[in-house]
Amino acid sequence: MSAALSTSTALFMASAVNAETITIATVNNGDMITMKELSSDFEAKHPDIDLKWVTLEENILRQRVTTDVATKGGQYDVMTIGTYEVPIWGKQGWLTELDGLGPNYDEEDLLPAIRSGLSLNNKLYAAPFYGESSMVMYRKDLLEKAGLEMPTKPSWKFIRQAAKAMTDGDSGVYGICLRGKAGWGENTALITAMSNSFGARWFDENWKPQFNTQEWKDTLQYYVDVMEESGPPGASSNGFNENLALFQTGKCGMWIDATVAGAFVTNKKDSEVADKVGFAMAPDMDLGKRGNWLWAWTLAVPSSSKKADAAQKFISWATSKDYSALVAKEKGWAAVPPGTRTSLYENPNYMEAAPFAEITLASIESVDPKNPTVKPVPYVGVQFVAIPEFQGIGTAVGQQFSAALAGKMTVDQALANAQRLVERAMRKARYPK
Amino acid sequence: MATTHSRTLAQIMLFPSVVLLLAWMIVPLCMTLYFSFLDYNLLSPGTEEFIGFLNYEFFLTDPAFFASFFNTLLLVGGVLLITICGGIGLAILLDQAIWGRNYVRIMVLAPFFVMPTVSALVWKNMLMNPVNGLFAHFATLIGVDPVDFFAQVPLLSIIIIVSWQWLPFAALILLTAIQSLDREQLEAADLDGAGPFSKFFYIVLPHLSRAVTAVILIETIFLLSIFAEILVTTSGGPGYESTNITYLIYTQSLLQFDVGGGSAGGIIAVIIANIVAIFLMRLIGKNLEG
Repeated sequence: MSAALSTSTALFMASAVNAETITIATVNNGDMITMKELSSDFEAKHPDIDLKWVTLEENILRQRVTTDVATKGGQYDVMTIGTYEVPIWGKQGWLTELDGLGPNYDEEDLLPAIRSGLSLNNKLYAAPFYGESSMVMYRKDLLEKAGLEMPTKPSWKFIRQAAKAMTDGDSGVYGICLRGKAGWGENTALITAMSNSFGARWFDENWKPQFNTQEWKDTLQYYVDVMEESGPPGASSNGFNENLALFQTGKCGMWIDATVAGAFVTNKKDSEVADKVGFAMAPDMDLGKRGNWLWAWTLAVPSSSKKADAAQKFISWATSKDYSALVAKEKGWAAVPPGTRTSLYENPNYMEAAPFAEITLASIESVDPKNPTVKPVPYVGVQFVAIPEFQGIGTAVGQQFSAALAGKMTVDQALANAQRLVERAMRKARYPK
Repeated sequence: MATTHSRTLAQIMLFPSVVLLLAWMIVPLCMTLYFSFLDYNLLSPGTEEFIGFLNYEFFLTDPAFFASFFNTLLLVGGVLLITICGGIGLAILLDQAIWGRNYVRIMVLAPFFVMPTVSALVWKNMLMNPVNGLFAHFATLIGVDPVDFFAQVPLLSIIIIVSWQWLPFAALILLTAIQSLDREQLEAADLDGAGPFSKFFYIVLPHLSRAVTAVILIETIFLLSIFAEILVTTSGGPGYESTNITYLIYTQSLLQFDVGGGSAGGIIAVIIANIVAIFLMRLIGKNLEG
């Protein structure tokens, strides 16, 4: 008896001594919080690996992981990064190639649009945790009351008409909610995706900024006009979370934003309008491109990590089919991280539980990051330009757009400022490189 | 009485701390100065090279620089004005013998203990929000359009939030000063038939001048680097309407990861802060002498 006890104690001690701790940096989005909650499953399957979590708000996370990876700090073993960072960081040699995801991982099952954005020379450098595009979410009851019907593929013209018809200032219902908060991942993402469908682009083939074109003027004028007519007050401070709160409390008739929000607005626990929401593709101008983006939150291993093998085991667990099944079992099918695997969209249980699934898949598949706009461009990226300088100029341009939305300057002034500041930044960064 | 020996001993013992303190200040300052002459972006490693004053040229000719410079002055001036005037008023009120005075004092002092990010969040989401905020609710009750604070008057909104936080500090210092006032002077003035206004302008206010100077100097140091309130509420916008120098340097260093540009901005901020400090010491610092 005592021999058995001492053997088991010795074994326990040995495993405690050998246990490797990996530090995971992630963003405080709902799906990641679920991952953290369910991670006891991973620890049970891998008793030799301990997990340490660093959960941060998106902007702070980005600053921390960028500083860590650029200075080779080695603080984190798994980093949550987006499709913007992966190709840039991969090229810099800052990420470890993911070749240890295991035989059952089924890399072929990843959606091609997402997978290609995360690969360099056909090798995966980050695994997608969830993927998203953008779409129109609308209140079926309000639209019906207004005597209109939402097409599956609406035009911007229809959206403006519908927004006006649904607005009822007296009862605090605003026809449309769009991001207005300045930031390259906030209003700039939305307006850039919008501009693609209006025929505008950030740069021409010689990296010359294009904000002085008619296409940009049309885009920004439409955005400012429609928000002035039918948007909520204070829109210039609204980002994803603010608009989500407005929509869930029944204050928005329409909201054009991330497909991942589909699960939040139809969740009866959080949304007062859960059973009244309809979905449609992002709008277009009949120019061949729709105003939807492409994004994925991914998990990657920085090359400074000394525990790459354990980190890859964790990534494999968190982005596998088994993980989706685990979430479905614990939280229901609608809560499964969307937009990464073909098999999820072939699963009847999921398709039935998630009324937004079809539009999500169609939106993701409709985007081509290498040809995002009507005219040719020298860059990759739909709602961003995949160059290191974009974080800075994207936010600075977003500041100008939010000033136009707040009525602090005209559309022409905002675009002239945007043109000037992007020209300056590109000159300082010595483009074309 | 210190002897030469004990003085020498004291100097020897102080030496390590003085060296440590100097190094603590000088090393980062020298590194900042060095980086400010480099083309150094964290996201493009291996391309660092000496570029002379180019970072300074870009920072000083940035349209955001002028806006942020004036915003910094307005922010500091506005908050000082509100906290000094309000502080004097509050200090006089708190000096009155009222029932439950101690509780009132604690209540008035409370905002000073709230973290800047927390107070900014409360103001943004619960008070000034144009849809769900308390002010919007009152405006709707009386049939007026709610003010969209952070879009229409962004800088004023930040001045209000920061003043709310710093008012207790000013009130506390000024209250202490008022309490040190010799009551016999006031009684003598009463006997001479002086009214409350005369007593305030000829006795209380002159007595407060040193305390006011101390408040101005201490607050200015902190107000020049206001950051959390801006980050949480407006992120410097719309446009550059609520960007101050500190926030501008933050955007260069941590949003654009332009270490060179951010460092140049940092050095310029140090120079501006020193100019302000010298100006203040010349203008009002003499109050503290003697």
